[in-house]
Amino acid sequence: MSQKVLLNAKEVNIILHRLACQLIEKHNNFSNTVLIGLQPRGVFLADRLAKILKEDYNVKNIELGHLDITFYRDDFRRGNKPLKANSTNINFIVEDKNIVFIDDVLHTGRSIRAALTAIQSFGRPNEIELLTLIDRRFSRHLPIQPNYRGRQVDVINKEKVKVNWYEQDNEDSVYLIEK
Amino acid sequence: MSELSVNHLLGIKYLQEADIDLIFKTADHFKEVINRPIKKVPSLRDITIANLFFENSTRTKLSFELAEKRLSADVLNFSSSQSSVKKGETLIDTVNNILSMKVDMVVMRHPNPGAGVFLSKHVNASIINAGDGAHEHPTQALLDSYSIREKLGNVAGKKVVIVGDILHSRVALSNIFALKLQGAEVMVCGPKTLLPKYIDKLGVKVETNLRKALNWCDVANMLRVQNERMDISYFPSTREYTQQYGVTKDLLNTLDKEIVIMHPGPINRGVEITSDVADSSQSIILDQVQNGVAVRMAVIYLLASKIKQ
Repeated sequence: MSQKVLLNAKEVNIILHRLACQLIEKHNNFSNTVLIGLQPRGVFLADRLAKILKEDYNVKNIELGHLDITFYRDDFRRGNKPLKANSTNINFIVEDKNIVFIDDVLHTGRSIRAALTAIQSFGRPNEIELLTLIDRRFSRHLPIQPNYRGRQVDVINKEKVKVNWYEQDNEDSVYLIEK
Repeated sequence: MSELSVNHLLGIKYLQEADIDLIFKTADHFKEVINRPIKKVPSLRDITIANLFFENSTRTKLSFELAEKRLSADVLNFSSSQSSVKKGETLIDTVNNILSMKVDMVVMRHPNPGAGVFLSKHVNASIINAGDGAHEHPTQALLDSYSIREKLGNVAGKKVVIVGDILHSRVALSNIFALKLQGAEVMVCGPKTLLPKYIDKLGVKVETNLRKALNWCDVANMLRVQNERMDISYFPSTREYTQQYGVTKDLLNTLDKEIVIMHPGPINRGVEITSDVADSSQSIILDQVQNGVAVRMAVIYLLASKIKQ
């Protein structure tokens, strides 16, 4: 197994600030916008972006939720590994809200498809956008594209993109790992 | 652990502590799901489940059916009173006929102890025991422990007394196994005639004085007297039973601490428990019913994930 650094901590930080600015450009003061991090790894990115928006750009009253899509996945009983659920934490109504889904890596698009179904349990949003830190090009199984992307990468199938977060992995970084 | 160690839920005695822990963690997620505006997930949309009830049931049957529907499974209902069982068909034949219609999972209640174990050896489907005679009722014990965990934070180290008709109770046996497995202390309390002779061999305390039992415990699980299973008279009269083993508000007020009151239902109000106790803030009877759906969803989901396509 070999690994290559795609982004280091400094680069991740620059990208996070750029993504935060792009969100402000579109959503202004976030009065009708909610950020939803997708479990398990998208929540670190969502929490971090919300923190940057609050502390560095003085955006108040950001609504932030975590959505678990385990029970909505289309590969239940298909894989060898059992699916493990995480907690969903959405304590607001999404009816008529503008939602930004936040995930670390966009690969086949199947998780996002599941998230689009899952969010319907909480109401009918006005609009849903997608923000990802890493967009794996040419790997989509579904017609799903991000509205905001940190970095687009070309990755062949036997390689894996691993995003590390300081909160869990003691460093902010993105690696390309050859299996 | 992210997978159950068993392919069927036939009884608590076949489970490990890690299985119970996994079921409870999964049930936490489903409890959140059933409190959403839309209380349904599509996980089991390609699974068909047959509910075979060879014995009467209201609560368990409704709870299982609701759990299955909230997971988007297709559901077949069967009760023996309206079926060919009356015409002399055997259990294996009945079930195999149903399975040939491509059913993946069977939830079964049966009057004979061991019916679930027997079936699991002869048919190719995942079996959930919803009560087999006076043997086990595993999902009831799981939801009881889940409710204790929710109310008191933990099951380990808690003192639980099971009061009433232990002899005829599958709920008592499954609860004893489940509570012991999780490290709780268990006592059974009831008239000597309704306590099985070798019950102490299961590692439980035995008490015939209700006041002493209640003073000892953190949680009291009150069982119904199962008149339908009694072929002889086990106590002189219902009135005498109530005087000695019925829980009243006055009795609870004389204890030096507040204990949690549980009941698996159906309640005979005024016999094993008075209305003011059943409806009091100490009682978690309705929480048990709500948790029953979440726990059964977890059991069905985890067993279904082991059915290979």
